[in-house]
Amino acid sequence: MPQFTDTLPQEKTSAPIAKEIVELSGSQAVMQAFLAEDVETIFGYPGGAIMPIYDALYDFTDKMEHILVRHEQGAIHAAQGYARTSGKTGVVFATSGPGATNLVTGLADAIIDSTPVVCITGQVFAHLLGTDAFQEVDIINITTPVTKWNYQVTDASEIPGVLAKAFFIAASGRPGPVLIDITKNAQIQKFNFEGYKKCDFIRSYRPKPLIRKSNIEQAAALINAAEKPFVLFGQGVILGKAETEFKKFIEKGGLPAAWTILGLSALPTDHPLNVGMLGMHGNYGPNVLTNECDVLIAVGMRFDDRVTGRLDKYAKQAKIIHLDIDPAEIDKNVKATIGVWGDCKETLPLLTELLQQKKYPQWLDRFTQHKTQEEETCIFPEFNPATEEISMGEVINTLNDLTKGDAVIVTDVGQHQMVACRYAKFTQSKSNITSGGAGTMGFALPAAIGAKYGAPQRTVIAIIGDGGFQMTIQELGTIMQTKLDVKILILNNRFLGMVRQWQELFHEKRYSFVDITSPDFVQVAKGYYIDGKSVSEREKLKDALQEMLDHKGPYLLEVMVGKENNVFPMVAQGTSVAEIRLK
Amino acid sequence: MKDENKINALVNSAIAPSGRQEYTITVYTENQIGLLNRIAIIFSRRKINIDSFNSSPSELEGIHRFTIVINEMEEVVRKLVRQIEKQVEVLKAYFNTGDELVWQELALYKVPTDAITEKVKVERLLREYGARVVAIRKDFTVFETTGHREETDALVKVLEPYGLIEFVRSARIAIIKTSAGFHEKLKEFEAMAPGTEVIENTYLDKNEEVFSM
Repeated sequence: MPQFTDTLPQEKTSAPIAKEIVELSGSQAVMQAFLAEDVETIFGYPGGAIMPIYDALYDFTDKMEHILVRHEQGAIHAAQGYARTSGKTGVVFATSGPGATNLVTGLADAIIDSTPVVCITGQVFAHLLGTDAFQEVDIINITTPVTKWNYQVTDASEIPGVLAKAFFIAASGRPGPVLIDITKNAQIQKFNFEGYKKCDFIRSYRPKPLIRKSNIEQAAALINAAEKPFVLFGQGVILGKAETEFKKFIEKGGLPAAWTILGLSALPTDHPLNVGMLGMHGNYGPNVLTNECDVLIAVGMRFDDRVTGRLDKYAKQAKIIHLDIDPAEIDKNVKATIGVWGDCKETLPLLTELLQQKKYPQWLDRFTQHKTQEEETCIFPEFNPATEEISMGEVINTLNDLTKGDAVIVTDVGQHQMVACRYAKFTQSKSNITSGGAGTMGFALPAAIGAKYGAPQRTVIAIIGDGGFQMTIQELGTIMQTKLDVKILILNNRFLGMVRQWQELFHEKRYSFVDITSPDFVQVAKGYYIDGKSVSEREKLKDALQEMLDHKGPYLLEVMVGKENNVFPMVAQGTSVAEIRLK
Repeated sequence: MKDENKINALVNSAIAPSGRQEYTITVYTENQIGLLNRIAIIFSRRKINIDSFNSSPSELEGIHRFTIVINEMEEVVRKLVRQIEKQVEVLKAYFNTGDELVWQELALYKVPTDAITEKVKVERLLREYGARVVAIRKDFTVFETTGHREETDALVKVLEPYGLIEFVRSARIAIIKTSAGFHEKLKEFEAMAPGTEVIENTYLDKNEEVFSM
């Protein structure tokens, strides 16, 4: 094993923001930028066009950790997971061509879920651009629709300024992914490095819109006059680090609040005003009562179609207040009566200040009534199935008992995701990591790796279906190599369950290509030197989960669950939230 | 004045039964490679056809100005403009109907020279339409006119019987009648603290109309 020592002259590494001019290569300047930006973890995969940067990294392995993934998609999902648990910006390295194109799914996922990620891709030499050179791909144009900003560097002297902009843009305002493509010549080229200056202003870029006092006043007046106010909250609360402000807001106003799956964990699940989940597989009350409330207050959420169902029948009776940092979100899907532009960290306290201390016992009762109904029809049978087959809900419910809601839960996409989001308990923010807007199968395993690096002291459990697990199964190799303490909980129903559910409900059970075969996951894990177990009996479930949690290091637990279970309630596509079906 | 505006509006941007109307979007941006694509895909992603797209320098050095013409409903245009403004390198985007603008398009017409020399009527027509000669050759002559689309189109119709060989029209360029230019705006953008005018929430500016308790 080579000794990872800092072989650069001392003045270069210990003085990242050196006053005197030093000659550095573009790649070394990238490292200087990372030091100044406090980058501790990089997820990446080397290749021809990014070798000079990897060479520079070799001298900095005592200052930052590089996680070698098994596929670039894994790198970016890991960076997303890292960003979501740490609140910092995730950083990714990939080479040119296929290395860079493998990032595209993750970029699409990160932009729709507003995750701050900076991707550095290598590119062929500048003189080869446009010549169809080996591993040359026009990654700037490919990634334009899925990045908040991207830029191609062809001269080393641009690197400090461009990276400063990249980190600023990725994390500020509504966060998002940024891709910086650096040609190989720029990585090698020496230039006079005049120090790294963090960026906090770009004249054409307004991360935070100006808050208007009149909007706040009008919003407060609407809420104070309401009889049936209802709050919807999304990830904006978490991204704005406004959990406390949000809690004070709903507590003073006595406002029942429901979450989108990305907003989940911003408010403890057992908070008396937390009335549950919105959307297609959300809770009964929040969906039905969306169409009964008189004032709907949306905080940091974007009225996704999976939340609203049929738009022309969505909350038509209500006055709508929409708080968002991104002006383009206001009036995009749902017309707001009052749009409150701004960072909710700032707008919520202003609004809270003007609120009357209130309680709405009768209105809250309506939520309780619906909850009782949902518990009887859906939740009780889910937690206590009449069959021998274990249900997904049972697994999550049992897990709650053991984790007490303290774990980070990373989910993939599909039935298990909906069940986990519905039933998992959370006591602290930044604990629910899932692919929401993009619905990227294969997200969970790499995202869990990143989530663990972002919150090393916390228990990280990746809950994954048998389908999604096979999409990025190679990241078991990353776990093997890093010996990272990630718990993998596979809910195996031997089907692509969500598609199967739709085929059952809307395509007369024509099960077209949803019958997926899986390898012996425990044996696969063993091949990667990861311990594991498979359970299918109810009486062994709790012990197996406990064993997984107690295990030192990574562990894979496969739970065989009911083959043809459905997730209910459900707002069928094209129907109104009020038409949510319980079975 | 109001009536004149109304007439202009009808002439310049007749509202189709679909509620669609011609809108001119003006975008001030930093001059950066790739930004054209970033703006263009905002339209193509939503399958919106761009009628005309012009990119040029503005009155300010280093600031680029895009003039984009589309036929859409106001609500759609408003959302598009917000998506455009959201781009990091876009300073400001405006949208206007024809009556709020002074706009021109340049057109070039290539006609056989003998048709002009032999037929006096052609010469008169060209004078009528304010066409200027750009090039004269033995075999063909190139004319130019500037004006609104109906005007440049009308000349095409007229010249067709005389063997119009080639016709090309430029993208639209437009000046917003009420605009005070971008100098002051840029100062605001360059200031760390945004001025109150920076956030032009067109919807919220109409609070009295929409806010009811």
